Amino acid sequence: MLILECPYCGVKGEETEFHGGGEAHLKRFGPGSSEEDFEGYLFHRENPKGVHLERWRHVNGCGKWFHVARDTATLEVFGSYSAQVTEPPQEIKDAISAKRPGWSWREFA
Amino acid sequence: MSTRLAQGGRRIDRRKSVEFRFNGKRLKGYEGDTLASALLANDQMMVGRSFKYHRPRGIVASGAEEPNALFNTGEGATFEPNQRATTTEIFAGLEAKSQNHWPSLEFDIGAVNAKLSRFLPAGFYYKTFMFPRFAWKHLYEPFIRQSAGLGRAPEAEDRDGDTYEHFYGFFDVVVIGGGVAGLQAAKAAGEAGAKVLVMEQTAQWGGRAAVDGGEVDGAPVADYIAATVAALEAMENVTLRRRMMGAGVYDHGYLLAYERLRDHCPDEAGPRHRLWRIRAGRIVTATGAIERPLSFAGNDIPGVMLASAVRDYIVDYGVSPGDRVVVVTNNDDAYRTAIAVKEAGLSVPVIVDARVGGGGALADQARALGIRVETGKGIAKVHGTKRVEGVAICAQAGEGAVLDEVGCDVVAMSGGWSPVVHLWSHCGGKLNWDEAQACFRPDGNRPPTDQDGEGFVLPAGAANGELGLGAGLTDADAAGKRAADETGHKPGRGKAPVAADVDEAALEPVWLMPQGAGAKLRMKAWLDYQNDVKVSDVQLAAREGYESVEHTKRYTTLGMATDQGKLSNINGLAILSDALGQPIPQTGTTTFRPPYTPISMGAIAGEARAEIFQPLRRTPMHDWHEANGAHWEPVGQWRRPYCYPKTGESHAAAVAREVMATRESLGLLDASTLGKLIVKGPDAGRFLDMLYTNMMSTLKPGKCRYGLMCSENGFLIDDGVVARLDDDTFLCHTTTGGAERIHAHMEEWLQTEWWDWKVYVANVTEQYAQIAVVGPNARKVLEKLSEDDLSAEGFPFMAWKDVTLNRIKTRVYRISFSGELSYEISVPASEGRALWNMLLEAGDEYGATPYGTEALHVMRAEKGFIMIGDETDGTVIPQDLGLHWAISKKKEDFLGKRAQERSHMTDPKRWKLVGLETVDGSVIPDGAYAVADGTNANGQRNVQGRVTSTYFSPTLGRGIAMGLVLNGPDRMGEVISFPGTDGKTYDAKIVDPVFYDKDGEKQNV
Repeated sequence: MLILECPYCGVKGEETEFHGGGEAHLKRFGPGSSEEDFEGYLFHRENPKGVHLERWRHVNGCGKWFHVARDTATLEVFGSYSAQVTEPPQEIKDAISAKRPGWSWREFA
Repeated sequence: MSTRLAQGGRRIDRRKSVEFRFNGKRLKGYEGDTLASALLANDQMMVGRSFKYHRPRGIVASGAEEPNALFNTGEGATFEPNQRATTTEIFAGLEAKSQNHWPSLEFDIGAVNAKLSRFLPAGFYYKTFMFPRFAWKHLYEPFIRQSAGLGRAPEAEDRDGDTYEHFYGFFDVVVIGGGVAGLQAAKAAGEAGAKVLVMEQTAQWGGRAAVDGGEVDGAPVADYIAATVAALEAMENVTLRRRMMGAGVYDHGYLLAYERLRDHCPDEAGPRHRLWRIRAGRIVTATGAIERPLSFAGNDIPGVMLASAVRDYIVDYGVSPGDRVVVVTNNDDAYRTAIAVKEAGLSVPVIVDARVGGGGALADQARALGIRVETGKGIAKVHGTKRVEGVAICAQAGEGAVLDEVGCDVVAMSGGWSPVVHLWSHCGGKLNWDEAQACFRPDGNRPPTDQDGEGFVLPAGAANGELGLGAGLTDADAAGKRAADETGHKPGRGKAPVAADVDEAALEPVWLMPQGAGAKLRMKAWLDYQNDVKVSDVQLAAREGYESVEHTKRYTTLGMATDQGKLSNINGLAILSDALGQPIPQTGTTTFRPPYTPISMGAIAGEARAEIFQPLRRTPMHDWHEANGAHWEPVGQWRRPYCYPKTGESHAAAVAREVMATRESLGLLDASTLGKLIVKGPDAGRFLDMLYTNMMSTLKPGKCRYGLMCSENGFLIDDGVVARLDDDTFLCHTTTGGAERIHAHMEEWLQTEWWDWKVYVANVTEQYAQIAVVGPNARKVLEKLSEDDLSAEGFPFMAWKDVTLNRIKTRVYRISFSGELSYEISVPASEGRALWNMLLEAGDEYGATPYGTEALHVMRAEKGFIMIGDETDGTVIPQDLGLHWAISKKKEDFLGKRAQERSHMTDPKRWKLVGLETVDGSVIPDGAYAVADGTNANGQRNVQGRVTSTYFSPTLGRGIAMGLVLNGPDRMGEVISFPGTDGKTYDAKIVDPVFYDKDGEKQNV
């Protein structure tokens, strides 16, 4: 059972306080988008053994969504950060790089 | 025979006699006895029958690894199956019954399975699947059901009479195991100032060191144990718990521990078990080691025991398992048993040592005591059926030719020791194969890792493969210090206690005895006692191609019993490796999974039982409903009245009465459970335009509009009426079950996609009570109570208005889910009951009739209104339901719009909503499918539609239904068939889904 830190509350909580919300930083494609783009947005997800950027919600807490950078194999947590960004802030990228040099995620690394 | 010795027994108090019952017999033991030691003291060598062949089985071990001695204990409210005798402390009045036999333990019909063993090979169960289907149903299943199961299940009507609880704990260092290693690790961590919890699964501290003897810092080990426990008890930062087992290690330092508070003293007050949910900075596993059996023919006959267990029963409980004990071993440790037996005044006819070179110092000591030692020898066969009568000795290197026969009543066996690596492994700790000790031990370089990527489990002592007393204490001291250091404490400079280890000769791995044992012997050499798996079964599995240890485990059931292979796994995978011709580490182990030993279901449930299993949500009118005979329907955590049957009235009759009263005069509905979400802010209209399929931003303040919500995948997820309260504020009604879900849905989009939009959402469902006043006389009742203009012109359909009803300020929505003239009145929850009473009183002259959810359903179905969850199931889009009018064509975007443009969503072959009228007026069964001509590839009838809602309509006096039908709207008047599971076929005519008041004349008055 994971321990995660909610960046809004600033508290560490048990996994049961949170609810996972899948991959972070998806770009929405709406009406007018191509079949491929819409399919990718709605269904295609990264499934790495390693660094994963993901969404969580502090359901039994402040109710806020936030993002977590985590290793899916070792469950190591590199950090949590705001949900209101389109890519991880530099300090999160640095924290990942320190532990997993050469990591990459879709279009950024 | 096994008996109580005149002297000895560290754990028992001979002054305190305890009476208990075994299979109805009254027996006596002493305080401190386990059920196993007390049974042996009463010469109860045979304790059960094996699972598959029903062979007589006796006590093998003295601890948690025991595979055979499982009992049903207690009766009625205290009944529990599969209780392990070696870990059950006796108390006055304990009732224990043996399992898995009929009619009696001594004479058991199922033992005939042993004669059939040729037909019950490894994978028997799976092989049955390959036979004809009829054989499974008529031959195998009855047979397997008859023979399956160990203990019996509690009676269905019995309720567990005990209470249980969960406990949360947060520690820097948790030490699992209270043997000398655990105590030393706890002391080292505690002295450094860490907050420490140390737990021991048995009732006594010190583990088996006190039985094995030795000196620590020049004093007997028992003195060291007493002094260390006293030192720990004096530390404020250390918590000590006995009868508490580390059950499982999980991610990020999470640990479950199982404390048995009253199993040994059931008459005392308080919870029986406690499940500790612990977060630990570091976990030290000082879980010791378990002795391995040896695989020789007849090694399951009662009286064949682990050498260490024989020693434990003599030293700890003053119990002799037998007068003449033959010791068979491949290592020096078992000589300790021979010496203990001899010192207790019993006889050791021979020590059979498989090693040609024999043992070291301990062997010399045994010889000095006059014990005959045979080296390079093995057991060819054990004689006896219900208890050991003797052994045949052979050369270990040979095929089992008998060299000598020795009479005995106990065989004490030792195949070496396996560190208990379970808790190390639960969360991913890796193992190395130790050639010298022939065991898997933790690989310190590959520990389970925590949220920071650091190893958080530290193995210590025997659990780390350091089997000697001195080496174990040194290792544990280092582990305790390191755990403290890694949790931010400064370890002291104190030295580890010093203990001299006896110089032992090397162990020689022996996986089969004798080495060249033929098929006949291998078929009697047991690996897994509880699941009846033999050496020959594992070899057969290997021959049949089961090369993976995980596959072999499942095919043979090796290690799958309630003991989870604590004795059998290593021996089994050694046999498998040999059969595959590969080294043991290449075969690997099966996965260690929590819990370490079974824990009670009660402990898992904790306090979550009966009325506090989950919270019950009550509307402000709940008590009135209850007092007026409501038949409840659970809706999520709410309870809603299904109907209000009068004395002697059936539910169907009550529903019909409620519908007719409402249609003809006046009905009242408690609609408080409907979801109510306030959406507020300058961007609220824009936001709702994205969430609903229709346009909400154009709604005028004072007006209501029905709306549909879809997921981004296009499917309909909720519906409800939206009221615009002012320019910036909307009130969105959701379904009863949808309030929390839709609130979360809104928050998700606001927080993660449109976070720059200025909108707040608040769930005010519980802040308001809501009552629907429904029927042709609805207006008259309200006009009695109010001065406000409630006329058709002054307060039209789909408007809302603040109305004062007899001095209660209310908000009234003129909306209708029944097709009648209808007002939904909303008040703060605290006024709900007063309003309900007022409306009942004012409506009395019109026969005001409270109605429940079923009448609501019937009336909405008569009007062809959809219900989320009936007409929808997560695969239905609004277009399927003929709701095009509620899907905006003007909006560029809304959730689900792009998805609904996909070819599958616009396929004309999608089933569409229609009304269904049975030809004979009967009611189509729930969930029925309409059949079409022909069959599909699986030989099943083709289908062309299904029923989504079906009711008896009291208004129309006939069955009505809605359903999704292929090309349905184009097939009006056609009759299609719905076969029921009752054997009848229901023919129904496709009609318009609006059965009642198609023009809305009743609701628009």
